[in-house]
Amino acid sequence: MRKELERYFRKDKLPHIWCPGCGHGIITGAVIRAIDNLKLDQNKICIVSGIGCSSRAPGYMNFNTLHTTHGRALAFATGIKMANPELKVIVLTGDGDCAAIGGNHLIHAARRNIDITTIVFNNSIYGMTSGQYSPMTPKGAFATTAPYGNIDRNFDLCKLAQSAGATYVARGTVYHVPQLIKLIEKALKHKGFSFVDVADICPTYFGRKNKVPTPVAMMEKIRDMSITVKTAEKLSAEELSGKIVIGEFYEENALEFTEEYAKIIKTAQGGK
Amino acid sequence: MGKRVMLMQGNEACVEGAIAAGMRFYAGYPITPSTEIAELSAEKLPKVGGKFIQMEDEIASMGAVIGASLAGLKAMTATSGPGFSLKQENIGFACLTEVPCVIVNVQRGGPSTGLPTLPAQGDVMQARWGTHGDHPIIVISPSSVREVFDMTIKAFNLSEKYRVPCILLMDEVVAHMREKVELPEELNIEIINRKKPKASLPDYKPYKDYDGDGIPPMAAFGDGTPFHVTGLIHDETGFPSTDPKVTENLLNRLMNKIYNNLDDIIEYETVDTADANTVIVTFGSTARSVLRAVKLLRQEGFKVGMLRLKTIWPFPHKAINELTQTATKNLIVAEMNYGQLIETVKASADGVFKVYGLNKYNGELITPQEVIDKVREVAVNA
Amino acid sequence: MDERIEIRLSGSGGQGLILAGIILAEAAILDGKNAVQTQSYGPEARGGASRSEVIISNESIDYPKVSKSDILLALTEEAMLKYKNGLKENGLLILDSSIEKPDGPYKILSVPILKTAQEKVGKSIVANIVALGTLISATKIVSKEAIEKAVLDRVPKGTEELNKKALYEGYKLVS
Repeated sequence: MRKELERYFRKDKLPHIWCPGCGHGIITGAVIRAIDNLKLDQNKICIVSGIGCSSRAPGYMNFNTLHTTHGRALAFATGIKMANPELKVIVLTGDGDCAAIGGNHLIHAARRNIDITTIVFNNSIYGMTSGQYSPMTPKGAFATTAPYGNIDRNFDLCKLAQSAGATYVARGTVYHVPQLIKLIEKALKHKGFSFVDVADICPTYFGRKNKVPTPVAMMEKIRDMSITVKTAEKLSAEELSGKIVIGEFYEENALEFTEEYAKIIKTAQGGK
Repeated sequence: MGKRVMLMQGNEACVEGAIAAGMRFYAGYPITPSTEIAELSAEKLPKVGGKFIQMEDEIASMGAVIGASLAGLKAMTATSGPGFSLKQENIGFACLTEVPCVIVNVQRGGPSTGLPTLPAQGDVMQARWGTHGDHPIIVISPSSVREVFDMTIKAFNLSEKYRVPCILLMDEVVAHMREKVELPEELNIEIINRKKPKASLPDYKPYKDYDGDGIPPMAAFGDGTPFHVTGLIHDETGFPSTDPKVTENLLNRLMNKIYNNLDDIIEYETVDTADANTVIVTFGSTARSVLRAVKLLRQEGFKVGMLRLKTIWPFPHKAINELTQTATKNLIVAEMNYGQLIETVKASADGVFKVYGLNKYNGELITPQEVIDKVREVAVNA
Repeated sequence: MDERIEIRLSGSGGQGLILAGIILAEAAILDGKNAVQTQSYGPEARGGASRSEVIISNESIDYPKVSKSDILLALTEEAMLKYKNGLKENGLLILDSSIEKPDGPYKILSVPILKTAQEKVGKSIVANIVALGTLISATKIVSKEAIEKAVLDRVPKGTEELNKKALYEGYKLVS
């Protein structure tokens, strides 16, 4: 780690609780680098998380940080952002936290286009509770609660966020780190609800159950499965199966929620 | 502003009280019979520069309220039984993380969807123990529209002072009835704000008991001293710990900040108890029926009185204890439920009094006649 | 015991009886009295049985509901049948004339409230205000000045003249 990045970490809280080979540290590092590149005011950043391995990240990060209840990070973050729109509010969440128990909050935060950046540590498994299938676990994969193979269909979180109204939507991976940092930078600079899904790895629970037992093998798999948005455009649905499409999907300038509310205050006070 | 005399609804008085207390954030979800509180907050908050948001569900409303409070605003939500159930996990989060907030529960008939438009007092125990684990909580219950106004302010004051969620336990009758109220001048309203850390604290620890009163000063996100808040058991720095000593100390402090201040927190009212043989213990709108019954029974020569609990939790054991100094032999606990508060009253009475229940759970307010009949029945049996 | 007058206004949802109760309570307050208004309603916003209750007293009001009403106003037969037994002996039953008079120990005042609203005032929606006029003319429970001010304070802007007319047409139904 570069010396100048140390101030963004709570060094006394390290080492972290994550397993060797876990991708969460890479995403946390990418968030820190994006913040540093943008020279954002450390005191005006508030990082909110829910429950799960990924949601422990804010505890290591030297900002205003809030570790909430399972799935509810975006609800708490909405209250924070409304109460103090000057704060840059970032939600760090996992695929279980964000797509299962917190799915409703994701849809509605996106719909409101509230200025919050959400980054999903998407490792396709519940890690904290030791390996149950999540809504992101591919069909046919194994998990402790899918001992005969997963029959649930997974879905595309980026498509969900976009159709719900998110105004910046992108996907990166823990293999393509320089690109990931750029995507997070764009998300942080964006005014409105920005969403970055990050293809992540969990060697301990996903890898071992699914015959990809080493971090290196998992990383290589992510590398091999990844294709760009441009390439994906030319492929059929069949050809896209099993691929991770990475890059920017959507960007739009639209009215932001807290700015719209500020107008309501003006109207209400003008009518006095 | 001069005297303000008007016909006002309970739910309206709640919003007036909240804004007078300094509420500047409301998050909620539509639910009968509390909806007017959301509607009026939506209208009135922006006028004072405050914020209103209708969230996607009850759980999110509670989360947003806690988030806003952590960012420095006085925040409130209102709901009824089903929504109150959904909010419980996040209420527990606020208890542990010591985030001031006010939760209004306008009780309706339950369980489940129950009787959405009809009154009940069936959430007495849920208000105390609805969220899991040992936790402190303050629950207060108004009987009139004016008291809704006063108690909403009190709910904010207690919540801010002790850094604890405060539940305003209303019922459909008091929430929807309109009555003549005279509101106090705003200058005469006591407002308590949360204790802030001294600006000179260089190494602010968000859960350190700096003042020895068990209540840590509270910074807001964005104040300039970044800090961490978690729903995990934490030490005074706010970071997780599984150390038995840290755990025990934290839970003891959370409880003691309430239980060491019972005289400051607890309020109750007695009517004609000094020479009463039978005292009716009650709260909320039921107290109005009891009051009428006491008046009528006194005219007939019955030695009967009323103990009205304004504070439900922490339970006012002192009020029961004081009755041992009187001629009281019988207690009747009148409540619109199958019998909830009575268990705590019995425990508090500890065999000193005979304790009888007057319970009604059919969606109708207990009538004065029903109270009278019960007192007569107890008098015959005693 | 304190002097309390218990009034029940009943009809179907959408007839504005809850508003009528609020206006009556506000008029009582303008007269310097105490008043409490409560209501009961079903899940439907329109139709169904609707009931608004007002207690007026010179003393403070404890029990906020009607035990036995001194006055019952019924604008539908369904409401009359439902609530007539809650009327005191010799209590006043004000009925819309479209409803058949029941047998019972009541003083019955049968007047064309709905028809007056529709035909004389020209809007059936103001039947609640016509009813208030009739009720107050027959009982004098609040002053004429207070009810007029209370009506004008509560009705939507632009409808003041209409509602004033409704109130006075209601008054005139009782001579």
